[in-house]
Amino acid sequence: MVKLTINNTPVEVPKSYSVLEACREAGFDVPTLCFMKEINEVGACRVCLVEIEGEKRLEASCVTPVKDGMVVKTNTKRVRDRVRTNVELLLENHNRECTTCPRSRNCELLNLAETLGIEELQFQGAKRERYYDDFSHSIVRDSSKCILCGKCVSTCKKVQGIGILGFQNRGYNSNVGPAFQAKMSDTDCVFCGQCVNVCPVGALTEKQDMHRVWDAIEDPEKYVVVQTAPAVRAALGEEFGNEIGTRTTGKMAAALRRLGFNNVFDTNFAADLTIMEEGHELLHRIQNNGVLPMITSCSPGWIRYCEFNHHDFLPNLSSCKSPHQMFGALVKTYYADKIKVDPKKMFVVSVMPCISKKTEAARPEMEQEHLRDVDAVITTRELAKMIKQAGINFNHLPDESFDKIMGEYTGAGVIFGATGGVMEAAIRTVADVLTGEDLETIEYHAVRGTDDIKEATIHVAGLDINVAVVHGTKPAGQLLELVRKGEKNYHFIEVMGCPGGCVNGGGQPQVPQKIRDTVDLKVERAKALYEEDQLMTLRKSHKNEEVKKLYDEFLGKPNSHKAHHLLHTHYTKRFK
Amino acid sequence: MNKTRRLISEYFDKYTVTEIDKYIDLGGFSGLKKALKEGPDFVIDSIQKAELRGRGGAAFPCFKKWTSAKNRPEPVKYVLVNADEGEPGTFKDRDLLAKDPYRIIEGLIIAGYTTGAKEGYIYIREEYDDIRRQMNEAIALAKSRNFLGNNILGTDFSFSIKAYTGAGAYVCGENTALIESMHGNVGRPRVKTPRVGERGLFDKPTMVNNVETYACVAAIMNHGWEAYANQGLNGHKGTKMISLCGNIMRPGVYEVPFGITVKEIIEEIGGGTRDLSLGKFIQSGGASCALIPYTHFDTPYTYDDFKKKGFDIGSGSIVVANGNVRVVDYLSSVSGFFEHESCGKCTPCREGTKRMHEIIDDLCLNRASDQQVNRLFEIADSMMDSSLCGLGQTAPTATLSAFKHFKEEIMESVTK
Repeated sequence: MVKLTINNTPVEVPKSYSVLEACREAGFDVPTLCFMKEINEVGACRVCLVEIEGEKRLEASCVTPVKDGMVVKTNTKRVRDRVRTNVELLLENHNRECTTCPRSRNCELLNLAETLGIEELQFQGAKRERYYDDFSHSIVRDSSKCILCGKCVSTCKKVQGIGILGFQNRGYNSNVGPAFQAKMSDTDCVFCGQCVNVCPVGALTEKQDMHRVWDAIEDPEKYVVVQTAPAVRAALGEEFGNEIGTRTTGKMAAALRRLGFNNVFDTNFAADLTIMEEGHELLHRIQNNGVLPMITSCSPGWIRYCEFNHHDFLPNLSSCKSPHQMFGALVKTYYADKIKVDPKKMFVVSVMPCISKKTEAARPEMEQEHLRDVDAVITTRELAKMIKQAGINFNHLPDESFDKIMGEYTGAGVIFGATGGVMEAAIRTVADVLTGEDLETIEYHAVRGTDDIKEATIHVAGLDINVAVVHGTKPAGQLLELVRKGEKNYHFIEVMGCPGGCVNGGGQPQVPQKIRDTVDLKVERAKALYEEDQLMTLRKSHKNEEVKKLYDEFLGKPNSHKAHHLLHTHYTKRFK
Repeated sequence: MNKTRRLISEYFDKYTVTEIDKYIDLGGFSGLKKALKEGPDFVIDSIQKAELRGRGGAAFPCFKKWTSAKNRPEPVKYVLVNADEGEPGTFKDRDLLAKDPYRIIEGLIIAGYTTGAKEGYIYIREEYDDIRRQMNEAIALAKSRNFLGNNILGTDFSFSIKAYTGAGAYVCGENTALIESMHGNVGRPRVKTPRVGERGLFDKPTMVNNVETYACVAAIMNHGWEAYANQGLNGHKGTKMISLCGNIMRPGVYEVPFGITVKEIIEEIGGGTRDLSLGKFIQSGGASCALIPYTHFDTPYTYDDFKKKGFDIGSGSIVVANGNVRVVDYLSSVSGFFEHESCGKCTPCREGTKRMHEIIDDLCLNRASDQQVNRLFEIADSMMDSSLCGLGQTAPTATLSAFKHFKEEIMESVTK
């Protein structure tokens, strides 16, 4: 432990602390813009300045380790003046169209400027060259709003192990982007959107598709069906002031209905369906010496990562489409036939915690009979905006449920949103199928949690099934390397492109860094899903009555010819 | 010209790179031999007695840096020559490397021996490509004579040297940026802790010195610390390589004794200022250092006398401006340089260098307002107080010193 004094308050903190951590623990808030613990400790923004006795200059508290006897001041005129000047300098070179910026509600730069009371900028000099890239389906990059904090650069490289973004040019002409200002869509970016989540300003945002959804709802010719991914319910509430980890399933369904969708369905239904298809695919591969380990294919970011970086593992990927794509395909066939609506008039909207789903939905193979499986993908954030635009008082909505006949789901479908969820759901079903019994073991805690790589061996019906769960593309790459070398032998691997799985996806509500530093979003949001799972009476995918009915009436059996035609896909080698 | 000295520059123009034997005949490598015979402590004791200070600009006492490098317990450490000579108006390292390459190699080997490093690197700025090729030639020849390689001169000390080229950025002269650049990363400084002395090149303890420092060490070991110390005037020890340029009759690289006055350098060594005046001001030490007005030309050229007045010996550059030079025009060039060379990592330097240059250019055009001048000071304060590395911290120095000494002239450019 180290003893120091902060603003005349004696503090005792562990030796490993930075001055910033010590200040926060002592109850003094020091602003930051570029700091991300262990990921971006670069001391670049220079707004976390503090005065340390005996030091000639002000120090960036985020990268200054504590020392015994240190005397720190965070609120002197000198500190305030310098921080203010530095923020003013950032603002002078910032595209200050805050009124029309998608981030203005929770922009960290704007908040800081407001706290510091910067009400006027006296001078406006030149601004750096602007690069604007909205060519991809997922991400919009606007360098005129970038404050060069480098969080996206570090996140892409250190967290995801990809490294699309980097600093280019020098000094005042510095900018962050793909090498040689390439379009994001021309790079091996997987559109996980982790960079969007950490961007403190509006430099990286999702490509918005709200207006297309509004247009479709308005169009009397269109029959608009919406589905929501499991992770959305675990985070949507945050946009309406609820605590992180608040589950808002019922209110979400109610809100969607009030937005004017003709049907409100749940992707969880398709998650259960995925388990049926993927589970049987796995059994088939195990029993017929197929390519193993089989790897999940729900996460489009992961799929794109594999297509670019691990060509040798493409045959290992499950051929299942991701759940929302399956869902779209079924809405325009099975469901359209049921309700006697011309599928050409149907418009399927997916609400996803993900921006990579936008790119996935646009893949050429994601259609049947020249009808796109999914017509528009919006993020959790966009849904929240639509609810606000419609003037719906979200927190006062009653809890409603999803529509029949594609709205039923089991607990297994719900936990898809957290890392390990697909694996757990699959085990629940595969174990029952192999034993032919209704097993009492439902929860498999070995595959839960936020460890980078989780492993388990399931003993069932005389078989030992080795499984692994990995989340984030960087650990995924590392795990594949171990498998490639033969150091690891698995039957089944679950991979999610984002750390923590979909609950921490690139389309989820943006949380200020200050809160991210102390709250583990992945854990809190996952809790909400596991809670819902526990409350369900049906917790195994194969118990889903509506899914059973779907097989009886339409698909036949899992992996049938028709199922393959509608619910399965193929992958492409992509080159960097 | 008799005011100059020939100790560090004693072998200039006396041999070419292929003539290693001539270097040896002149007395070269005798410093290394003495070091190998007397041991590391003798080397450190000598440079301490010679009061040698780092020649890169910060003037840190050498024996302290060398002692702490020697005391690092790690088995693998490195010694590094910073030959990224990028300070405007500085070109003495170029002469040292071009005209006496073996002395730098000798100094580096002594450093390796003293600190316990087995590998040395020379980081040469990209623009000195001819010198890099020449250094590689010199390294090969030195190796063929067993001044490098295994069991040097029959001892159990082994050492090798590699020359390395940067990609052309001023900021790479900063130690952490230099090492980032050598790692193949973008040449941007990193946070100071841990210092490169603890974790530098390839994450190992690394001692970095300027080219001239190594040349001085070789000279001190060759001739003894007294011989070096005695070169100075009026009780000051040693000599300094200077790069003299600007409005001066005889620009060039000179070796001058510490204790000589600025006036003597300009008039007797440099031959005057082209317009027959005494000169208006000089900038000594590099773009990041203060302007010295003609009223202070009687200041002795020593670390202490300069420091007392807020001036710098720095890299040893002296840029002379005569009466025809407007101070604001000079500042425009200085601030333009920093705008161009800021790496862009930290806010105050990236944005501040640009804004300072803009305001100074407005001054040049006689259209700057009082408020802009005030803003200039605010920005300068923030840059000095909160920039990440030395570049941003010292970029406003010249401007502030100009306001101190030439305020009246500058304020004439402000619109009323």
